[in-house]
Amino acid sequence: MNKVEEKLFQNRYKVDAGRPHIQIADADICQLKCAEKPCVVCCPASCYTKEGDGRVTLITDGCLECGTCRVVCSENRNVLWEYPRGGYGILFKFG
Amino acid sequence: MPEKFDVIVIGAGPSGNAAAYTAAKAGLKVLQIERGESPGSKNVQGAILYSDALEKIIPDFRDDAPLERHLIEQRMWMMDDESYVGSTFRSQAFNTPPYNRYTIIRAQFDKWFSKRVQDAGALVICETTVTGLHMDGARVVGIQTDRSGGSVYADAVVLADGVNSLLAKKAGFRGELRPRDVALAVKEIHFLPETTIESRFNIGPDEGVAIEMAGKITQGMVGTGFLYTNKESLTLGVGCLLSELRAQRITPHVLIEKMKEHPAIRPLIEGGEMKEYCAHLIPEGGYNAIPPIHGDGWLMVGDAGMFVNSVHREGSNLAMTTGWLAAQTLIELRNEGKPSSAANLARYRQKLDQSFVMKDMKKYRDMPAVLEKNPQFFTQYPELINRAAHTMLLVDGTDKKSKERDVRKRFIQKRSRFGLIGDAFKLWRAFE
Repeated sequence: MNKVEEKLFQNRYKVDAGRPHIQIADADICQLKCAEKPCVVCCPASCYTKEGDGRVTLITDGCLECGTCRVVCSENRNVLWEYPRGGYGILFKFG
Repeated sequence: MPEKFDVIVIGAGPSGNAAAYTAAKAGLKVLQIERGESPGSKNVQGAILYSDALEKIIPDFRDDAPLERHLIEQRMWMMDDESYVGSTFRSQAFNTPPYNRYTIIRAQFDKWFSKRVQDAGALVICETTVTGLHMDGARVVGIQTDRSGGSVYADAVVLADGVNSLLAKKAGFRGELRPRDVALAVKEIHFLPETTIESRFNIGPDEGVAIEMAGKITQGMVGTGFLYTNKESLTLGVGCLLSELRAQRITPHVLIEKMKEHPAIRPLIEGGEMKEYCAHLIPEGGYNAIPPIHGDGWLMVGDAGMFVNSVHREGSNLAMTTGWLAAQTLIELRNEGKPSSAANLARYRQKLDQSFVMKDMKKYRDMPAVLEKNPQFFTQYPELINRAAHTMLLVDGTDKKSKERDVRKRFIQKRSRFGLIGDAFKLWRAFE
């Protein structure tokens, strides 16, 4: 089975280094208050990872800018989601 | 940019392009802002283009628009893990110009549409993200961009910024999307030689096939799968309500991998080279989830306004039509010398109500709730129907009357007599 990394490798990105457009507002909420962690399950690019101690880490480089993580975090509203700066982020070749 | 425009359109997808083109062509001073490197580079669709909506806006679009294949055949598959029961409609009527629908590749199509927008006289600025709306009290008077000194002002702002519409949310025009009102779709594009596609799908040059799938392809979640033929590629994908993915804890890229392994799909994509993986939210909340779509100095069009007919897999045509009607409203007000106040912009809503857009949205208003509350339509029925087909077609020495009895028994065991009648009634009501 293709790993998601292999899929994302086919895509074109212009990464805005050091300026992630999505951030977790309060890491403690993910670690301590949210058992379900729907962002980890639903993100189609697997940007979110659940660590062994229950923390959630986020790397936005492969983000497809769909908005899923923000919408699915409906109980805690803990995802600060903006579009990347103009011209940055995913650049769909076909869409 | 201290100058003032008649209209600012935010976003260069089908709705924004339709609005910008129509307004610019009528002589309005239009500024359109797009955050992508070029129009289309942030946009994702299946994608099928329905000619009618575009034809009303650009009658000669077929002359130079990048179109892949016109669809002559539509297949619907109700799927089990290893089989499907399907229906096919193929007709020469759909193979006779002017063609009714085409497959398109959005990155190319949107660029073409944007060229037409610019030719019509609009100023299109890419690689610029709109970060907020400028308000004067309750009235939208302009936009803030991420460029330095990036404030621009206009008489009216058209929000064509897509399903997430962060601007509408920030401005308080609507709340956050609910997971049950959006479907998350993932898709891939696989390249194959033209002749391979044509022999596999039994079609000639420029002719195309669309396959829509329901049932186990979504692991029983509310959603559908699709496979479309482009000129020298296939796009395939699967989309499910976000609330369902969340509840079932299914990761979307695993869903599309399973889809590609289905014995009916695998041979169709065999040997293809995968060149892109996309994901997109589709607003599927229907009529009841439409947010306020106009106010003082602003109009909302396309996905931002929930304008998708999920039953018929239509969205871009609704997007174009809403953009077109929004622009027409602004043109009328300009011609009458009236301001773009909330009261005057209500005319946009009236135009929508009279068009197929709201009529279709209203017709299927109960569908999201019916499907959400009745998972059997995506789980038990596809299995029952596939097993029934297998039972009836398997020649094994059992007499047909006994086979029919078996099939009937399985339906009643799974759904009960009243359940079957109730399900039929629910579907009839939802489609009525």
